[in-house]
Amino acid sequence: MTRPKSSTSPSRLCLLTVNKHHNEAGLVDAALIAICPGYISRSVAGSYDNEAVAIFALLLTFYLFVKAVNTGSLSWALGSAFGYFYMVSSWGGYVFIINLVFYFLDWMKYQLNDIKLFQTFLRINVTSAILVGGIALGVGTTSGYISPWTRRFYSLLDPLMQRITFPLLPLFLSISLRHDATIFIVMYGLTSLYFAGVMIRLILVATPAICLISAIAVSATVKHLTSLLRAEQKVPQTGSSKGPGSSKASSKVTLDPSQPFQRNGAIALLVGVFYLLTARGAHGNRIIFDDYCEAYYWLRQNTPTDAKVMSWWDYGYQITAMGNITVIVDNNTWNNTHIATVGRAMSSYEDEAYDIMRSLDVNYVLVVFGGVTGYSSDDINKFLWMVRIGGGVDPVIKEPDYLVNGELRVDKGASPKMLNCLMYKLCYYRFGELVTEYGSQPGTYDRARWVEIEKKYIKLKHLEEAYTTSNWIVRIYRVKPPTNRL
Amino acid sequence: MKKNSSVVVDLLLLLLAITVLATPAFSDLVLSKVERRIDVTSQIARVTKTLKVVNSGSESVSEFTLTFPKFLGNNLAYLSVSHSEGKGKAKRSLANLSVKEAHPKGMPDSISFYSVSLPKPLSKGDTLTLEVVAAFTNVLQPFPEKITQRDIHLVMLQESAQYLSPYVVESQSLSIKLPNARIESYSKLENTKVQGSEIKYGPYKNLAQYSYAPIVVHFESKAAFAVAEKLVREIEVSHWGNVQVTEHYNLVHRGAQLKGEFSRLEYQDRPNPQGVSAFRHLLARLPPRAHSIYYRDDIGNISTSQMQSDSKKTELLIEPRFPLFGGWKTFFTIGYGLPLSDFLFASEGKRFLDISFGSPMIDLVTEKLIVQVVLPEGSKDISVTTPFAVKQSHEIKYSHLDIAGRPVVVLEKNNVVPDHNQKIQVLATLQEVQNIIQKCLAAHDKLEASLRDLSRTGDIQTCKAARKSTDSLLKDLSKELRPLLASLQSFPSASQISPKVEELVAKERELQEKLMAKHTTVVEGYEKKSSGRDIENRIASQQQKIIALRQEVDDLLEFIDEI
Repeated sequence: MTRPKSSTSPSRLCLLTVNKHHNEAGLVDAALIAICPGYISRSVAGSYDNEAVAIFALLLTFYLFVKAVNTGSLSWALGSAFGYFYMVSSWGGYVFIINLVFYFLDWMKYQLNDIKLFQTFLRINVTSAILVGGIALGVGTTSGYISPWTRRFYSLLDPLMQRITFPLLPLFLSISLRHDATIFIVMYGLTSLYFAGVMIRLILVATPAICLISAIAVSATVKHLTSLLRAEQKVPQTGSSKGPGSSKASSKVTLDPSQPFQRNGAIALLVGVFYLLTARGAHGNRIIFDDYCEAYYWLRQNTPTDAKVMSWWDYGYQITAMGNITVIVDNNTWNNTHIATVGRAMSSYEDEAYDIMRSLDVNYVLVVFGGVTGYSSDDINKFLWMVRIGGGVDPVIKEPDYLVNGELRVDKGASPKMLNCLMYKLCYYRFGELVTEYGSQPGTYDRARWVEIEKKYIKLKHLEEAYTTSNWIVRIYRVKPPTNRL
Repeated sequence: MKKNSSVVVDLLLLLLAITVLATPAFSDLVLSKVERRIDVTSQIARVTKTLKVVNSGSESVSEFTLTFPKFLGNNLAYLSVSHSEGKGKAKRSLANLSVKEAHPKGMPDSISFYSVSLPKPLSKGDTLTLEVVAAFTNVLQPFPEKITQRDIHLVMLQESAQYLSPYVVESQSLSIKLPNARIESYSKLENTKVQGSEIKYGPYKNLAQYSYAPIVVHFESKAAFAVAEKLVREIEVSHWGNVQVTEHYNLVHRGAQLKGEFSRLEYQDRPNPQGVSAFRHLLARLPPRAHSIYYRDDIGNISTSQMQSDSKKTELLIEPRFPLFGGWKTFFTIGYGLPLSDFLFASEGKRFLDISFGSPMIDLVTEKLIVQVVLPEGSKDISVTTPFAVKQSHEIKYSHLDIAGRPVVVLEKNNVVPDHNQKIQVLATLQEVQNIIQKCLAAHDKLEASLRDLSRTGDIQTCKAARKSTDSLLKDLSKELRPLLASLQSFPSASQISPKVEELVAKERELQEKLMAKHTTVVEGYEKKSSGRDIENRIASQQQKIIALRQEVDDLLEFIDEI
């Protein structure tokens, strides 16, 4: 039932864009969101349907809200309210909407008072919003409070985990195309970007915004380029319209010499927009990292039917759907205590974690590790959240224990608690013996964080390696049965 | 340990049974020479035997009895017996002989009996050479049963150094071909030799009936112990020139089970990767011109496969999502399309689908194979020919836009080895061409009848109406005929028959024209009120031609019938 709903989001987004801009932008937008992994990963791979539905509701609310603002109609406003209610009932992220709408309403208030005043205010606001946002991000990044702007961030935007140009240019373009409703988009884009930067999972909210902004930019660019093409096509036509005669040839010669270049450039750009970048191996073969499927399928085929897996909640739905195995916590966030318990287990020493796992009747533990491939969206980079959420419910876990100067480190400067917690052990088990860089010392270098890890030889007491995928991205451990006490 | 002890019990029981065995119950055949070769380089134990049979008794014998120890006989997957004639290079194998399981009375349970019907009764003093090929699954027992990733994979084979037979054996030898020279242990009897990766026992002379000398060979095997616990092959035949094959594999590694950790580090270690007992590839040898190949499973496409093709075959190298260690399982689906013209042959208006029975995977053992042949809607008179016994049933499958549903032939067989990869034939009658010609001829008869009526009653209008209806009927029939002829020409195997069919159709058309001309003349004659004799004179030459053509058409029909 939810699947059709989630698939309607692109069309809803299309409407939203059309409402604000042009039909072309709306189409591009729908096309973008239809292929953007930040969004489709939520609705396809692991059936995160409630989130996909929530995004649909979010866009619906925005659409109706903008419509209400534009028309001043009470019925649209009511519709928007209902959209919001739907959103609230489907996902916790509704807080985002209400705040955004409040901010926007502030502006509207000013707009109603005096148009000139509003415009100046707008200018100040936009500049200051960008400035404050930029400063906040800069400060946050350097202080380590906000996770650094590494590939981890880009990787979720891009299907092939490659660095792409951050859509600053589109952002600029859409700001330059500024009119009333654009402000709303810019606000939506900036705020969602900020949240996505703070918590990677919120990329979900940022995706529609970025698609929207990109679509406006893409359609504007394509429009300019196609107008160039059309202009060029018209020239020969005017030439021939002069009628048959010897002057025909000369009229062609007098073409603007820069035109062919412009035309070729336009074609190159138009084609280049859709050019797919792929990773190539040493022999020119295409490399696809399919480690998640590999791990989930291993779980599906080679574990007892009643086995239970403990992993961080992000992978819950995926493991359930693709691995066909019971998980301790999944993306349904209603029970915070459960998530906190898993977070606590991951942040504890192995012995303590073993007791927690025994009490939860866990058979397997799954962690995501990007140290071999440089995949930065892994559990070590998410680890601080496990500590925070775990500590939030059970104060035994204290965040400062894992930090050194406010930073989570795995290299020489790492805190002892960090180096001995379950997560560290499971991620780096036997990693120390692996040669990651040709000619270098084995396993010293974590490619996701670009540091040399501190503790290289790790012994596990209560767990054993059950499966590790070919690129080490997913590691699964078996919880051993308790040994007899003598 | 459990299995090992059970093996010993097996052997003991067998020995016990043999010692209590009563007097010879079988005929006076003597095996003058027995050569046995056992190939255990893959997970399947393939036994080939050359038996030289001499009838030393006074009565002629028409049955020969093959025996295997029960623990082998229970795992017998494939058995074929043929007899050969001549010697040396001139030796050639002749037709396979029919073999069936036998349960002679008074014989111990520890021996499996198979009765072979000889091509012709063997009279006194005559000799005959039999070639026996047998394939056994599950007889290479992993020992130890559980190994770690670093261990090598050791398996054990039990056999008898002396040939177990209800007949006296004058001379026999056994050679066992192992995958490599790493032999953990083997039973040392007299006349035992090891040459590289081959162990030879014998020759042993003058062995009594039911001689038995248990041997155990313990050796390393790097072969993939890939077993499909269940394989469902769906072969869908389309009207539109395509055969779509879909194969669902439930695969398991039946070698020694992995115990303890799986270490990715050691598995990927260069230059000493650990984990030789695992296999990561499977090779499928698909028919040539296979196209639209896909490889997927429950959760999506699997990107790790490679394909190579030439005019003789298409090779698909597939890599499961994860390497398979002992006891590990996986499930996947492969599918491919084949051009129908390569597999469908026509004769007598019937069509044969001639397609391979088992899995295209190299060295794969299938415990339960289900083949579903989905035929086009409206296929009739379906029959299946297989060279071995299979369980057969019929179903109906409804696909898109189906009305009556497609008939499905379901074939089931347990314990299938690559030796079973023989062609099965599915036959469906589609005698349309012949039917249409017959209808044409019936129309001709009607036309003639109308002429006869005319001469009797003189009613020109009725005759003209009959002509009109026949005309339109013939036109419709020729329309129906056209696509049939085209499809007939597209079958390579129909090359023999199609010229005849074309000739038939041409002759029939000529006949039609002549008949029409005759009809017109007669009707015109009546309209002009010419005398009966006048008309007859005019059509006399036409009539002769018509009779000759009719004869030719009938002959052709008969000829095609005979093909």
